[in-house]
Amino acid sequence: MSQSLKPYLNAVRHSLNAALCLESFGSEIVERHSYPEVEAGNDPLALLNPMYISRNENEGVLIETSVNSVRMSLRVKQADELERILVTQFTRFLSRRAEQFLILRRNPLKGYDISFLILTTHIETMMKHKLVDFIVEFMQVVDKEISEIKLFVNARARLVAESFLVPFYQ
Amino acid sequence: MCRSASGSIKKAESVYPTAKDIIERTLMPSPEVINLGYEAIADHAFNSDHSLLAVARNNIAELYYDLGNSFEFGAALKGHDRKVTAVDINSQNEIVTCSQDRNAYVWKAQSDGSWKPTLVLLRINRAATSVKWSPNGLKFAVGTGARVIAVSYYDEPNDWWISKHIKKPLKSTVLSIDWHPNSVLLASGSTDGHARVFSGYIKGVDTRPEPSAWGERLPFQTLCFDYVNDSQAWVDDVAFSPSGNALAWATHDSSIFVAYPSGPDQPPLAVHEIDAVSLPYQSLVWTTESQLVAGGFDCFPVVYEGSQSGWKLARNLDDPKSHKDRGQATEQSAMHMFRELDLKGTQNESTLLPTIHQNAIRTVRYIGTNYKGKSGPPKVSTSGDGKVVIFSV
Repeated sequence: MSQSLKPYLNAVRHSLNAALCLESFGSEIVERHSYPEVEAGNDPLALLNPMYISRNENEGVLIETSVNSVRMSLRVKQADELERILVTQFTRFLSRRAEQFLILRRNPLKGYDISFLILTTHIETMMKHKLVDFIVEFMQVVDKEISEIKLFVNARARLVAESFLVPFYQ
Repeated sequence: MCRSASGSIKKAESVYPTAKDIIERTLMPSPEVINLGYEAIADHAFNSDHSLLAVARNNIAELYYDLGNSFEFGAALKGHDRKVTAVDINSQNEIVTCSQDRNAYVWKAQSDGSWKPTLVLLRINRAATSVKWSPNGLKFAVGTGARVIAVSYYDEPNDWWISKHIKKPLKSTVLSIDWHPNSVLLASGSTDGHARVFSGYIKGVDTRPEPSAWGERLPFQTLCFDYVNDSQAWVDDVAFSPSGNALAWATHDSSIFVAYPSGPDQPPLAVHEIDAVSLPYQSLVWTTESQLVAGGFDCFPVVYEGSQSGWKLARNLDDPKSHKDRGQATEQSAMHMFRELDLKGTQNESTLLPTIHQNAIRTVRYIGTNYKGKSGPPKVSTSGDGKVVIFSV
């Protein structure tokens, strides 16, 4: 883990820990319904101030909190064209499986690569501290995965280029 | 997270318990844990002799009977079709439940052991969030998302419970309510950050109350006290002191407020704000006039002590720092190790919290000094995850 990643992940962990203090809350607008207030957004008293934690200008986390739900949007580092493609492919792969991946939102928030929507029921069934652990680990793994795939792609590109150019040497 | 008092920072570094911890642990009876499965518990209540435990879980309220050394499942109160948010039992063993389906029921035991619901005409059109019997057991109050508090009382000729609404000046969801010991005054906390005291006086049901510091003439819906905290954080729980001469409430910005009224229409004698060094509290109770127990997202209850001149943190019950070993005591088998390696690619260490509760405490209830016929230190019960735990304070 690089030197700057650790404090960043720590900040995310503590902010999430504080944000995920959720309780069950019935809608004030619609009878007999309970919406994630952060998505509905029509009850200002049920919302808290959003937090933005960033590691650098193109890497950051937005945590929006409400009384019964938290939306956490992640912007993964994308330094060049190749990383941009890799991140898009990777997040698309996950978003398509959002149904199985309970806390994942189908579409990321605009300007972000991937969004989670965590509800009170998730906290109650999956344990808050384990969810926080999972998200922090996820951020760590995504970072590592992207740089690893990038290395592989580059190595492969070099290999392909070499074998392609062999006939011209002779 | 924990910027605890400077003295305890050093203790947090040490794995070994200090002498004080050992003395406390040996003197204090260990908490009694009642395991009721894994599903989250929204609220729980004991009856007056602690032989019956009611637990609100999803759409039903479950009843457990005390069999001497364990609580056994007795009956399920089914009738609500959305999440049951609160449950309470009065001195006549009548159970009231309320739910996000806008309804409340009063359940009475029948001679054959079943429970019969009685209709409550709440006349609300949003979720019911909390319910409490008045100390005399003749009426109950329901906090709602419909921006009203419904005070319900029994209507003999029709065999149902009817309600009167406290409307003004509520403008948001009422999260919590509590009764004054005189069964007339009613405290409420809501999402707009206000803690209020109303009169819930109902003609024909109540006798005229003695004048107190909160007010002298108390017709229904009189606003006796109103306080909003600076950050306007949601008021998660309110509680009157045993004498009724002080009010405490817990807000979502991790503070506890204690207010002492001076007299009708006068500013309060003192309002103390205690900045907690923890995550927010969901519930609090008074054990004595000078002691509060609060529980919340830290998963362990905390004791506060003080008086009119000031309040401070006294100690933690089930302190995670003195139970560092507990979190590590997970499965050590080879099978477990390989399963972890297979699932996660790592040999994961502990995933348990060092506290008894593994998730946020939703409710703290005061049991009293006399539990199951034995007198001792005051006890409180807490619930949140699938357990109900009884702590000695």
